[in-house]
Amino acid sequence: MPGKEATMNKLKLILKGIIRENPTFVLVLGMCPTLGTTTSAANGFGMGVATMSVLILSNIVISLIKNLIPDKVRIPAFIVVIASFVTVVQMLMQAFVPALYATLGVFIPLIVVNCIILGRAEAFASKNNAFDSALDGLGIGLGFTLSLTVIGTIRELLGSGSVFGHSFGIGDYMPLVFILAPGGFLVLGYLMVLFNKLAKK
Amino acid sequence: MKSSLKNMVVVLFTITLISSAGVGYVNMITVEPIAAAKAKATEAALQAVLPAFDKTETTDLTIDELPVAVHTASKDGKVVGYAVESMTRKGFNGLIRLMVGFDAGGRVLNVNVLEQSETPGLGTKMTEEGNPLFASFKGKDPGEMKLSVKKDGGDVDALTAATISSRAYVDAMSRAYAAYKQTVGDAWDGASGATATSGATKTAAAGTSDDSEDTAAAGQMGDDARKGGDHE
Repeated sequence: MPGKEATMNKLKLILKGIIRENPTFVLVLGMCPTLGTTTSAANGFGMGVATMSVLILSNIVISLIKNLIPDKVRIPAFIVVIASFVTVVQMLMQAFVPALYATLGVFIPLIVVNCIILGRAEAFASKNNAFDSALDGLGIGLGFTLSLTVIGTIRELLGSGSVFGHSFGIGDYMPLVFILAPGGFLVLGYLMVLFNKLAKK
Repeated sequence: MKSSLKNMVVVLFTITLISSAGVGYVNMITVEPIAAAKAKATEAALQAVLPAFDKTETTDLTIDELPVAVHTASKDGKVVGYAVESMTRKGFNGLIRLMVGFDAGGRVLNVNVLEQSETPGLGTKMTEEGNPLFASFKGKDPGEMKLSVKKDGGDVDALTAATISSRAYVDAMSRAYAAYKQTVGDAWDGASGATATSGATKTAAAGTSDDSEDTAAAGQMGDDARKGGDHE
């Protein structure tokens, strides 16, 4: 049955973004927002979701206009598309979900310079059709969100003794270093080792 | 597609044109909800820090080069309190904005942290209820306090391991108090001293500092730096 096979292929397209081409642990892209925003599980999750929405939208549009763009100016063209979507997402959030914007607002403009988005535009969306590009954006976005949430959860738990803001009342005894920059590198490094060891099997 | 000067110019121009039109359109439909959301947030902050009021009047001041807005709240024509939107640049991670409520006599009623990006779990404790910083100010007239953290010889309890954030909070509070004083038409010269950022600087809040205090504070600073326990 070709239909079933096609569905399997689409599913694989999504799954590869989570495991085999995980943007954080395998491709090692977008380290700046990864280290900067994962001081708590909620921040990591929020950054992941915001990035995912921009990634899916920009992948679709870039895939649609890929044949109209001259090669030499493709990067500036991609950046303009990405920056426009980021600005639109930022304004919509500020207008209609001000509470969410209050916590995530500072991270939104960072999405423009997130190399995952430009990377996927260049490596996938500019070579594939719009539907596949959307799925690729979804997969990579999910992988990014999951990675950031895991890193954020571990750092928040070790550094301030809480998970998603729910305190266990042990915050004063936890090593603060995990919510500061050095802890970010430590957690990321060990998770990368663990992830790659498990993924190889 | 093969590049030529003509198609590069045409394509980039078209893309930027469409993008800016799109962004402009979204801006048009969001500008009002954004303004409304901001006004609502200010209103909520006002209500959180002030007693019941039916009218506010806003005065914009500049204290120590930073803009400060004083909302004078009145009920039935009588002034019931002042809410001061104060800020400081001395935070660990950029701007900290506070909404400070004073009663008609100048005592601190409540403080609402409008904006901060301090280190989670350390400086962010300033937003929690019953934190030591706010507890030090609650119900007191800042003019009768030494406006600096205890480490610097003042009267304010700092947040654990967040001395820089605590100093910044005190800085914003003293700026708010200076604005309040200016609004009620009373000169207060403690503002400059209270903005001290380290133990070595003058800690003169209301002119009560002396040299021995400064030395003690500076010595303590050194101890903490060696321990490395003083992140913020």
